[in-house]
This record gives sequence, C-alpha cells and structure tokens, in this order.
Amino acid sequence: MAGVAQQSKSTITLKGSAEIVCDYLNFGINSILFQRGLYPPENFQTTENYGLTILMSTDNKIKEFLSTSLNQLKEWLIQRSVNKVALIITNVKSLEVMERWDFHIEYEGNPDQPGGQVSDKPLKVIKNEIRDVLKQIASSVAYLPLLDCLCSFDIQIYTKNGIELPAEWSEAQAAHVKNAQSVKMRSFSTNIHKMETVVTYKNED
Amino acid sequence: GAAIVMSQFKFVNEMNNLLTVEGPLTKGPPPRWQRKGQENQSMNNLSLNSSKQKSFSTSITKTPTKTGGSDVVKTRKTPSKTPSKNKSTRSTTPTPNKAAKTPVADRFIPARSTSNFDLAHYKLKQEDNTMDSPSKKELQRVMCENLHGGDIDSVKILSYRHKPPTAPEGFQNPMRVIYTQTKTPASVKSNNRYIPQAPDRILDAPDIVDDYYLNLMDWSTNNILAAALGAHVYLWNAGTGNIEELLELQGNDYVCSLAWIQEGDHLAVGTTNGTVELWDCSRAKRLRIMDGHSARVGSLSWNSYILTSGCRSGQIIHHDVRQRDHMISLITGHSQEVCGLKWSPDGRYLASGGNDNVLNIWQSVNGNHHSQNQPLHVFTSHQAAVKALAWCPWQPHVLASGGGTADRHIRFWNCNTGSCVNAVDTKSQVCALLWSTNYKELISGHGFANNELIIWKYPAMTKVAELRGHTARVLHLAMSPDGSTVLSAGADETLRLWKCFVKNTTKSKTAVQVRDKPSLLKQCIR
Repeated sequence: MAGVAQQSKSTITLKGSAEIVCDYLNFGINSILFQRGLYPPENFQTTENYGLTILMSTDNKIKEFLSTSLNQLKEWLIQRSVNKVALIITNVKSLEVMERWDFHIEYEGNPDQPGGQVSDKPLKVIKNEIRDVLKQIASSVAYLPLLDCLCSFDIQIYTKNGIELPAEWSEAQAAHVKNAQSVKMRSFSTNIHKMETVVTYKNED
Repeated sequence: GAAIVMSQFKFVNEMNNLLTVEGPLTKGPPPRWQRKGQENQSMNNLSLNSSKQKSFSTSITKTPTKTGGSDVVKTRKTPSKTPSKNKSTRSTTPTPNKAAKTPVADRFIPARSTSNFDLAHYKLKQEDNTMDSPSKKELQRVMCENLHGGDIDSVKILSYRHKPPTAPEGFQNPMRVIYTQTKTPASVKSNNRYIPQAPDRILDAPDIVDDYYLNLMDWSTNNILAAALGAHVYLWNAGTGNIEELLELQGNDYVCSLAWIQEGDHLAVGTTNGTVELWDCSRAKRLRIMDGHSARVGSLSWNSYILTSGCRSGQIIHHDVRQRDHMISLITGHSQEVCGLKWSPDGRYLASGGNDNVLNIWQSVNGNHHSQNQPLHVFTSHQAAVKALAWCPWQPHVLASGGGTADRHIRFWNCNTGSCVNAVDTKSQVCALLWSTNYKELISGHGFANNELIIWKYPAMTKVAELRGHTARVLHLAMSPDGSTVLSAGADETLRLWKCFVKNTTKSKTAVQVRDKPSLLKQCIR
C-alpha cells in the first residue's frame, strides 16, 4: 500500500494508521457511490486492492472532493479530534436524507507513547479486516432500498469542539433519516484507530 | 408544547398576527352584543375590515399546507430530530396597532362568563416556552448522545464547502434493475426450434434447503437424478420414473452437496458435520465416510478417482477414494465458504468459487488427478459470491462463472491465458450455469426478480429464451445425460424439467416417462 509510514518492517506509525483509515474510506465511499447507483456505472473504473476488485469514480470533481475531505480528516485523526465521518445521501429535489453511512472512530492504545504511538499489528491482518468490511458494503445491496431519485452525496466530519475551522470548510447540520433502520457492519482496527461502519437507511413501508 | 423549529416561525408569526387583528389583547375581544352596538357607528370601516379579515383567514388556512405546517407534522413523527437551539431569533411581540378596528365577523360563543380572559390573554402573550421540563431535557440529551456520540453542543460537524457534482438530470439509478424487471424481448434471431415456455414436468421437492451456497442436485450418466431435500437424498430414475430414498442423515444434520462419479453408480454426499459419504447406489450401500473438513461440505467435484470437496471454512480437500488414507492434500484458497467447485472435462483445471468473491483456477499436478497447492489464476472481478461454474464442453479451457446478487454478471475466462474474455450483465443473481452441446448455448439460473432460466446463444450472448414459472429463486440446475432436458430446483420447493435442448434430428428415446405410482416425491403434471 502506498504511503504507509513505518518505523520498521513490522510497525505502523500514527500517521500510517491514519492513512490506512483514509484509504479504506476512499475505497469504501467509492464503492458505496457505485453500489447505490448514484452515478452512471461508466463513470467508474476498476482497481485492485485488498485482494478485491473495487470500482472507483473517474470524475475529477468527485475525486477532488473526496481527497480534500480525507486529507483534512487524516490530520484530525492524528490529532485525535474526530469522532465520526458521515456519508450523507440526499434526495436532490426534496432535500430529504435518504441514507447515511456512519464511520465511527475509536482511539486505541497509548497516545503518549514515547517516540510516538506505534502499532505492531501486521498490515496483512488489517488489510484482511478491511477487505471483509468492503465486501459487506458491496453485498448490502441485498437489503438496502432502491434510491429511486436523483441523489447527491456529502461528507460530514464530526470533530471535537474547539477545532479550528479550516479554510473552505463550513459547519453543517446533523442529517437524520426518517423511519430509520440501521445495520452495523464489521469493524477493523489498526490498534491505533478502530473504525466501525454503520448504514442507516429509510425503512420502506 | 412541541419543540419549535425555525421554519415554524412564519406560521407562529401569522398566528400572532391573526390575534392582533382583533385588537390589542389587553382585555380580550368585547362581547358580541357590545360590538353589534358599535357596528352602526362604524359603518365606514366595515368593508375595509371584512376584506382584511378575509385575506388573513385565507392565508392562515393556507399555511398549514406550506412547509411551515408540514414541519409541525415532521417534528411529531421524528422525535429524533435535533431540537433547534433555543436562542431563537424570532420575535413574537405582537404589533399593537389597529386599536380602533372592531372585528365584525366572529365565531359565536354562547357564554363568555366561563372564559377567563385575563389568564387567557397572559398565556397567549407569553414567549414560547423555552423552559422544557427537566425530564424532557434529559431525554433530548440522551438522544443526542445516542445519535451523535456525545452532547451535540460539544461536537462540531464540519464539511468541505465545495460539494461534489450530482449525476445529470434525468439520470436513473442503474441499480433499479435488481428491484424490478420487465420482460425483455427474446433475441430477434429466428429459432429453428421450438422451446416450450412451460416445463415438461414439475416435481414436488418438499423441505429443500433454501440456501444459495449448497449444491443439492446432480444427474448421473445412467439417467438417475440425485436430489437432496433436507436430511434426505432421493434417487429419481428419469427413465422409469421410479423414486427411492437413498439415505437420511441423523440429528440436525442435512445434506449440503451431491456429486455422481463421472461414469457409474457412485454418489458422493457432503454433510453438515464436515464428512463426505461415498455411496454405491446400485446396491444402496454406503462404502465409506471420509472426514477432514471442519465445517459443512457445500461443494463436490470428481476427477476420475479423485473427489474434491469444498468447505464452509474455505478449505478444499482432494480425496483419493481408492485409498484407505484418502486425503491427498488440503489447500486453502478461500477465506470463506467454497460454494462452487468444478473440474474441467479434460481434468486439467479445477475452478473453485467462494463466498469471498474469489474465483481460483488450479492446475492439475502432472500425471495426476489432483491439483497443485497454489492457484494458477486468482480472479477477483466478481463483486459477489461465485457459485455458478461451468466449463465449456467443446473448449475445455473456457470457463463460465456467475456472480451473486451484488454482481449479477456471467464472465467467461480463458484459463490458458488467464484473461476474462467476456462479461455479461444478467441483472439478477446467478445461481447456476450449464452448457448445451446440442445447440452451442448456455443456460443460467436466476433469483430475484423473475426467478427464471435464461438461454443464451454462445458466443454472441444474445438471449434465446427466458423460461419462467418458478415462484421463488432458482437454486440449482442439472442436465440430463442426453443433453435435451434441464432440471431446475427452486426455493419454491419444486423441481421443473425443461425440454429446451431437444435435438431436431433424433427423437430422444430416453425422454422422461411418467409412472403412475405413489411415491415419496409427489408428481404432478401441469
């Protein structure tokens, strides 16, 4: 995997762990955009990672939005100031929140480790855990309702109070799904960051 | 009082305005008899007042249907909605004007002596209650914690300002196809043959396990169909129509897979307790029980005297059924259940598909019938479980594979070069694939929404026919030894026989016959 900063062959640094989380989010969010049918399938191309074939958006604007959001998130992950990332899917016409994917973050280990926090969890194990979640996301189509309307997506990051608002960022309202039903997916952990994925969708009558 | 949402401001404001029209609420409206008396004195103002009143009343009735009103409904339905911050910026000081105006139209109140106008006026004039009861506050706080993982006031929600674009107007969600399907016209190419749209026969299959990952049907070269229903295995002689029960597993075990040896009467049976039983069906005798797996054996495939079994653990074992020490090798190529397992007709390749979406191609060891321990090719293109596997009878290096619900594709692989030569979107879960030598066609079995079998022309992959009838998803397919008939097993507990590949030239004498004999598998002709 590109860019994982490691002190030695077997340890993962705080920065590396944050990158792993952001990589997962990048693949996971792209996978959701494809699986939920938000954009034409022609706008996606396949890439191989985690032993899976994942479809990633080729739209530059989408890529830019994701990379800006995730790069900022990486910083906040290192500072331990983010609790959750939410992917919101909204009906463009009615502005109704159709679906929300929550990526909860838990911090593990000792942040005050001398020399910086490290984890010696094998990267292969982490990748396998990530692969399992990504597959769960892909197969969630079996129970998620059809999004039969033009939808847009947004990324919201839930941070602690007192965080400096970066340039080009604004505060947002929490997005709630009416008649909500939630499904908790598998979680993965680098032993520095633990990520749990939950999807909340509208229960069809 | 319900929590007031910002957008309700307009409604409330208009409500207040309505009240002020009737004059300042210092003492409430004067009694009707008094007003009637004053009426004559203010005839001039009459028309003005009434018209003004009319406009107000109409506007008020309209408001509930606008967003203001609907928000009221919303807050009632979704108590989880974040209550707006109480530092509301709206002002509710009613405008003290129109003191001189006296209302003319009024609703009739029979006795005003019971109305306490002073109290009523005080309550009406009060600011909206910002003081929620303590229990309500606690409820709100707990709800916030649950939803946001913390007190909402101590969490910031941030988002990058430059939002991503939406798909163009008129774009329809492509995933719609897995929810609804309309019948597509079959290929325009004229067919020389007639493919009956209805099955030739329907058999009852009670207690068939509705599990996508199992392989419960196999049709032998001696024209006997082995069918696993729950803990039982039945043998149906397609030539004579005779049915007999071969075995019944004990306890909570059920049969997970069946596979006839390539030539002969030996049947391999995979079970939930991880064993594979070998039966001689000509004598209805069990020859041996082979263990080695740690979980249920959902897939089996023969290559001469080698029986390969696939397990829920993801492991594959090669058994030499002639030897006492039957286990030749145990290979791990999957991290989840192996639901598809097929040796190529020339015995060179083994294809294994798993619930981990991986399709592995294994090469046989030189001079042997078992495979190497490492896969030759690892294909991860399918986005869902790969259960449907079928090798092309006339091109033994070509494999067709089908993916589950999230994938819905049939893919063709050249296993000599390791490349995917074609991929077709079938728009439905693919549970099984069979090739037809008689017509160079492919037949696939599907789940939601049509529960159909589709016949495709190969290699063009145009639809030749769609065979419908199953009322629940198709789980397994099996082909008669003469290649004329396909049997489909559905979750609707029926087995349907489709005579879709009957050769024109020779009338098959081994056509399925009906025997009027009461038997375990009820037969009904439709």
